[in-house]
Amino acid sequence: MRLTNTTKVAFSALRRNKLRSLLTALGIIIGVGAVIAMVSIGNGAKAQIEAQVASLGQNVVQVFPGNFTTGGMRSGWGGASSLTIEDAEAVAREVGNIDGVSIEVRDRQQILANGLNWNTQVLGESPDYPYIRSWPLASGAMFAEQDVKTMGKVAVIGKTVADQLFPNTDPLGATLRIRNIPFKIIGVLGAKGFNLFGQDQDDVVLIPYSSHMRRVSRRTNISGILVQAATADTSATVQTDITALLTERRRGREPDFTVRSQVEIAQAANESSKTMRGLLLWVAIVSLFVGGIGVMNIMLVSVTERTREIGIRMAVGAHGADVLRQFLAEAVILSALGGVLGILFGLGLARGINSILGWPVLISTFWVVLSFIVSALIGIVFGFFPAWKAAQLDPIDALRFE
Amino acid sequence: MSAVVKIEEIHKIYDSGEVPVHAVRGVSLEINRGEFVALMGASGSGKSTLMNLLGCLDRPTRGRYLLDGIDVSGLDRNELADIRNQKLGFVFQGFNLLSRTSALENVELPMLYGGHHLTAREMRERALHSLEIVGLADRAGHFPNQLSGGQQQRVAIARALVNRPEVLLADEPTGNLDSKTSIEVMGVFQKLNDQGITIVMVTHELDIAHYCKRNLILRDGRLVRDEPVRDRLLSATELAKLNTAEAEAKLTSHS
Repeated sequence: MRLTNTTKVAFSALRRNKLRSLLTALGIIIGVGAVIAMVSIGNGAKAQIEAQVASLGQNVVQVFPGNFTTGGMRSGWGGASSLTIEDAEAVAREVGNIDGVSIEVRDRQQILANGLNWNTQVLGESPDYPYIRSWPLASGAMFAEQDVKTMGKVAVIGKTVADQLFPNTDPLGATLRIRNIPFKIIGVLGAKGFNLFGQDQDDVVLIPYSSHMRRVSRRTNISGILVQAATADTSATVQTDITALLTERRRGREPDFTVRSQVEIAQAANESSKTMRGLLLWVAIVSLFVGGIGVMNIMLVSVTERTREIGIRMAVGAHGADVLRQFLAEAVILSALGGVLGILFGLGLARGINSILGWPVLISTFWVVLSFIVSALIGIVFGFFPAWKAAQLDPIDALRFE
Repeated sequence: MSAVVKIEEIHKIYDSGEVPVHAVRGVSLEINRGEFVALMGASGSGKSTLMNLLGCLDRPTRGRYLLDGIDVSGLDRNELADIRNQKLGFVFQGFNLLSRTSALENVELPMLYGGHHLTAREMRERALHSLEIVGLADRAGHFPNQLSGGQQQRVAIARALVNRPEVLLADEPTGNLDSKTSIEVMGVFQKLNDQGITIVMVTHELDIAHYCKRNLILRDGRLVRDEPVRDRLLSATELAKLNTAEAEAKLTSHS
């Protein structure tokens, strides 16, 4: 019997019991639908986390001041004020496999420009900063090493600051006042969005760290060091080298700094979604298995119901293999249709969740194709036994079956 | 005339129960092309078993069966299926049509198997031609439940004819039909036989056997009688008689 005929016969057999076919496929529809929806949500969350981690820059190693203890009182992370420019310079000089170093001094200030004012984060940085954070400028240019040396009164502003202070005009060349000190705006950063903690990264003003320390905040310690490791592979080495160097520079004092690599942050973020995905996979396997048993059950019923039909077909010349193929085709069509409906159901569910709850979803073609293949395979695996049973029937007994 | 069916000392023993059942005990038989044979016997005489053997649905325990010159006694399941498909046509007591499948598709069924490589159009044409032979071309699109018993059996005959078999085998073809419809169906068989088709049918009704040309009687698995039919009944004549009788009955009941 040719494939087209086999398919035709299988379809008409399924149409004969529409409700039963649908209910049988329901197990697979729900299983596949759940997989598609969950994977879309999981991928969406993962992509969002990855984008946020990537917004830190590529292979960035960060050094923060640690805690310190005075008279039994412990300050908490970032409380120490012992991280210095000399530490940063030592890192730049002595640690290998690095591509860039930026000294960071953080502060919040009320700023004025264009007749408007705004409270924002003022970051003192090195010229390498946009490069390390993979943060290209939308217009203008970053300040140079010369500006750091001369404590230049130049600033590069973030998108949010530009929008707030210069709603209708071009901020380039305009003057920005920080603590009443005029800074010339020489560049505007491109939009970067929110970070992992939900902060607006574009709400920022960059000035040379030297200008920040001498003119704005008047402090001697720094808020952190950003280091760009040359490659992803070297970032761990860079991390240990920095730790070793700074520890040595402390000469036996308790380490008062923390070194974190972006890889660690990414791993932590990924860990939870990994657990989630593993759980999901098991739910999918169990529900598809249950769906498969449903298919097998109904195929066994179908074979018994149609024993006479099998007898007639065999009497007029059907081989066992023809009968096997027919029932197998029926099971595969049933479960593959279930798969298709399940995929549609899952996509609809993902969209619904996206529009109602606002969770990011990312539809994966790989999973759509995989779900379809798996559901067709379920038909083959669970349809085989009933089909084989049908093929083993004796035509005389089958014809006599009431 | 050449023998289209030739069986030699055929035996069938069923081993499945506690005591082996010797259903057919050494039957030898030749059926020539163009014959119209009725196989008769009481229940348990072995006639159904013999029919299954003739129909290649079952294999003999001993003995040889030559169908159209081919020794089919040693063939396997699939080879037997191909023989059934190409050389035999079956008509059953219970019609055995596929329900919710049109008459035309039922007739097309044997052409789906056995590697015919016919196009859908050729299959349709052949099936329609078969339905024409049994006088049901205008019912091609009907489903079995929309047809009378006699019409259903004629669809079954059309299905049996569609692969141009060497032998048409009918197992109690009139068993589920009333007497008038039975005569009509026998008329179809007689017409086919007149066109040269070999027919073997099992029946327990003596009058039905009288429409055939040769009667075989089986008892306890042995052939006890093999004789040509004298005073053969013709369907056309009998139907005419029946119609007259019916008309008279109506006439008398009205007066």
